[in-house]
Amino acid sequence: MKSARPPRVKVTTKAPTGITGFDEITGGGLPRGRTTLVVGGPGSGKTILALQFLVHGAQDCKEPGIFVAFEENARRIVSNAESFGWKLAKLQPKKLYFVDAQPMPDLVQSGDFDLGGLLAALEAKTKEIGARRIVFDALDVMLALLPDPAAERREIYRLHQWLLAHELTGIITLKSGGDEPNASSQQPFGFMQYMVDCALILNHSMVLGVSHRSLRVQKYRGSSFDENDSPFLIGNGGIEVAATHTLARKEIKVNYERISSGVERLDTMLGGGYYRGASVLITGFSGTAKTTLSGAFAEAACRRGERTMFVCFDSNSTEVIRNLASVGIRLDRYVKSGCLRMISARTITGSAETYLVRIKALAKEHGARCVVIDPVSAWSKSGNELTTQSVADRLVDWSKSDGTTLVCTSLLDEMSGRVEGGSQLQISALVDTWIHLSYLMQAGERNRGLSIIKSRGSAHSNQLRELILSDAGVTLADTYTAGGEVLMGTLRWEKERAETAAHENADAAAKLKRVRLDAEEAELEVRLKSLQVELVAKQVEKELLVRTTASSKGELSRGRTQIKELRGADAAIPKRKVSPP
Amino acid sequence: MNRSVMHKFRLYVAGDALNSTQALANLTAFCHAHLPDRHEIEIVDVYKEPQRALADGIFMTPTLVKLAPSPIRSIVGTLSQTQTVLQALGLEDLAA
Repeated sequence: MKSARPPRVKVTTKAPTGITGFDEITGGGLPRGRTTLVVGGPGSGKTILALQFLVHGAQDCKEPGIFVAFEENARRIVSNAESFGWKLAKLQPKKLYFVDAQPMPDLVQSGDFDLGGLLAALEAKTKEIGARRIVFDALDVMLALLPDPAAERREIYRLHQWLLAHELTGIITLKSGGDEPNASSQQPFGFMQYMVDCALILNHSMVLGVSHRSLRVQKYRGSSFDENDSPFLIGNGGIEVAATHTLARKEIKVNYERISSGVERLDTMLGGGYYRGASVLITGFSGTAKTTLSGAFAEAACRRGERTMFVCFDSNSTEVIRNLASVGIRLDRYVKSGCLRMISARTITGSAETYLVRIKALAKEHGARCVVIDPVSAWSKSGNELTTQSVADRLVDWSKSDGTTLVCTSLLDEMSGRVEGGSQLQISALVDTWIHLSYLMQAGERNRGLSIIKSRGSAHSNQLRELILSDAGVTLADTYTAGGEVLMGTLRWEKERAETAAHENADAAAKLKRVRLDAEEAELEVRLKSLQVELVAKQVEKELLVRTTASSKGELSRGRTQIKELRGADAAIPKRKVSPP
Repeated sequence: MNRSVMHKFRLYVAGDALNSTQALANLTAFCHAHLPDRHEIEIVDVYKEPQRALADGIFMTPTLVKLAPSPIRSIVGTLSQTQTVLQALGLEDLAA
């Protein structure tokens, strides 16, 4: 049949699905104009994936679609989809058309049949709405009615040919038998997997009692793809695939900007604060003030006016706000202003993957530049260690590629005895800065100590500091290293007091000595003065003495001369002593 | 059974596909044998009237619908097993 399809612009070879993460692992979406097979067990998300593909096409790509429902009633599918916020009512029937193709339950069958009627109907509809995308949901229901495997093959082949001839981007979903992962290799599905250009396998399994969904691209003709199992979850907006940026990974722009940790002295210890976009891990036992330290960071971020998200796993967000207020960290005003978003996520259900995807979605929604996760170790409780580790990987990877500064706390198990040990998530190897908080038991008291285990790309202090919490906030104090022992708390206080006292004593003594010396000096000066005065007096006295002596001598000789003159006896003698004094 | 009741059939076929032509042949033969002069057969080619197939919800071809006498019954396939066909259409006594 000649068809007059609307003119089609061949832009790309891939049809984006709009599924977060999926377009990344496939390098752009599903093969355009080709058929993709989606195989999965019950409740593995096949229908949602297929429907999301159609909705995205109709809503954002100007590619109308047709949904052929073999199993579920179209009305039910539509109402289920409402929960994802997809506005199907607006798209129907012009951009998205549902075909109810469920076989009647009382269908009587006699002899062979084919899908000619369906394809003819679809052909008419495709032409009418200009459909570019089509989904055959649960084709196995229809195939099961065919009398023999040969007929099944023939109909699959017919369908495939029809799709190719119309260059429709198609998804065919099939149930895989039960829980057996290998069931998909059974006929006729195996045949289909060889025939189609792209095949996806959806898995839904339980790992240690925690639901775990994953998706794998089994084949993709003519394209590279992420071959690993990618965990995914069904969130509020449909399917979200957790993709690691392995393909075409962008180099992250390195940032030299420093941002405050919220504790002044800690910034100094770190050489100026955390790097923007860095991942920071704060480890410690319960009660070592991990939350407080991360709260200080959040407050500092809000004070700078940066949108921040605080995720608490172990306690309620209102409790966290109250508790932090007691140490002078006031977060409530930032919550009110909308700058800070608190999220309580108690670790009851859900896999680590679920949390990661939710946190990512929420952070994106909030536009957060700083994210606090308290504690990240809560994740290791759910699911097996391997998956949670890869989640931690992706968490750090995400924050880096996003330029988000991430502060995670991690609870260390006191019983495990790993005092300085790595956290269970092995996140310590990935993070840029690792701050360890510890207790020091000494002289009947417990004190909090803070040390920086590592801080990439910056010089950092090697000193253990005492972390002090008070109404005024978080402060760090020097510890005393005396005789190979670190002193904290009361001992430090005593030592400090003793030292201050000694200092004061020395001060006073010096002052006293100075005063004494001053007095002595003054005394000497006074004495010097009096002596000088005395000296002057003596000199005057001496002069006087000399003068009196001379005058008296003169008087005497003059007298004698006069006497001689008077006597007039010895005339020769007075010639020697004529001069008067 | 009232021998004068008219039997109305509608057969949806997909052009001249093999199983569709088989079904038509089987139906015609069957009517000639069991319902001579008491039957009407309407043939709908889904390729020519795809909108009708869509509206009627006919996705498998060939599909035979018995419109009268009521109840309406439908049967899918080449109609090769006469006994099944008779049962499905509520015409078991004709075979006797």
